Amino acid sequence: MTAPHDRPSAVELLEAVREWMEKDLMSGIEPRLQFHTRVAMNVLDIVSREIAMGADQLQSHDELLASFGVKSDAELSQQIRNGDHDASLLEVLGRLRPVIEDKVRVANPKYLR
Amino acid sequence: MASDAEELASGIRVVMNATDVSGLRRLTGGASRETWRFNADGQDFVLQRVRKGTPGGLRTEPAVLAAAHRGGVPVPELVVDGSHRDELDRPFMIVRAVQGETIARKILRDDEFSAARQALPAQLGKAAAALHRISASEVEGLVNEDQIDRYKQVLDDLGEPHPVFEVAFRWLEMNRPTSTRQCIVHGDFRLGNMMVNEQGLSAVLDWELSHIGDPMEDLGWLCVRAWRFGGAHPVAGLGTYEALFDAYEAESGVRPDAHIVRWWETLGTLKWGIMCITQASAHLSGMARSHELAAIGRRVCENEYDLLELLTLENS
Repeated sequence: MTAPHDRPSAVELLEAVREWMEKDLMSGIEPRLQFHTRVAMNVLDIVSREIAMGADQLQSHDELLASFGVKSDAELSQQIRNGDHDASLLEVLGRLRPVIEDKVRVANPKYLR
Repeated sequence: MASDAEELASGIRVVMNATDVSGLRRLTGGASRETWRFNADGQDFVLQRVRKGTPGGLRTEPAVLAAAHRGGVPVPELVVDGSHRDELDRPFMIVRAVQGETIARKILRDDEFSAARQALPAQLGKAAAALHRISASEVEGLVNEDQIDRYKQVLDDLGEPHPVFEVAFRWLEMNRPTSTRQCIVHGDFRLGNMMVNEQGLSAVLDWELSHIGDPMEDLGWLCVRAWRFGGAHPVAGLGTYEALFDAYEAESGVRPDAHIVRWWETLGTLKWGIMCITQASAHLSGMARSHELAAIGRRVCENEYDLLELLTLENS
């Protein structure tokens, strides 16, 4: 998976840094920096999940756009703003849902109900 | 810097007409304000001063604070309105310090606030009702702008289109509540801007976004999922809509319409989603490099997700 690079993989490198932050850095710093370190660990987790899931999610997103006959979120947004989908807003939402859930699954999976 | 604080302390002595000013220290403030705490002749006060180089002054905030106080809303008592005075170099106001906690996660989780959590939904409903009873003409200069137009413009200026946001805009336009009352609204009525002690709400803070609008805007904003801070219940993470509406009705005689509140909650969710893009762009543009602001960019999708849930619920 990592070729041409050597181990550790990108995800394994992120894990290594994260473990150092959690087990070593956190215990020696003031609360304000602990908060910012927690934010940083969370960012590393987001990147790890994006590396793991991103390729499949990109394909789903492309397929969604193609099903609307557009090439970008910007084009689809313009269609919606123009009123092209006014008669089927709920149906549009239903079609957008899997892609939104993909984004949340990377950004903050605990948020999904 | 030390001399700055000394100069400020002597200015405070003058405007407070106090013999002794001590313990002056700066607290973390907002983007446009400095916040200082100090003691004058044995009593604690908070000074808010416009940040250096920030245009616009304090605008209507001191006048709204005074009107809210007269109307029985729990607010910090305004002691000096310095919005048009120059003793402290820039526009300022001084209020009496209120004891308590504003950090939402502590209020939602710490043992010392368990009684407060029981009381808060009704107290918030009562406070909102008291505010919304005040005549809009009591404060001059409050803006009244269409929020949909405003946030559409903000989103367009950011240049990051989101299809779910466009669906939300369309739905909000097509389902806009009719014949709504106009009054003074707080504009940022949520946990995080409430001072809470062990008995519950002690003061509603941060009035800088107050404006003229539909009173249900405040109730909807209070219920936006971001302002539940992980709490399970819709009202500030800790109460039911019914508890909020009951208290609002008991105080004002007007029962909030759940669908109208939900409309404002939906607009609030859309607004917070757009604000998340704004915050990330402050980092990306180099205006304020910060990994914390950068991370907020990945919270945009939480709001898209919430909009899916809200819009599906309202139309099922």
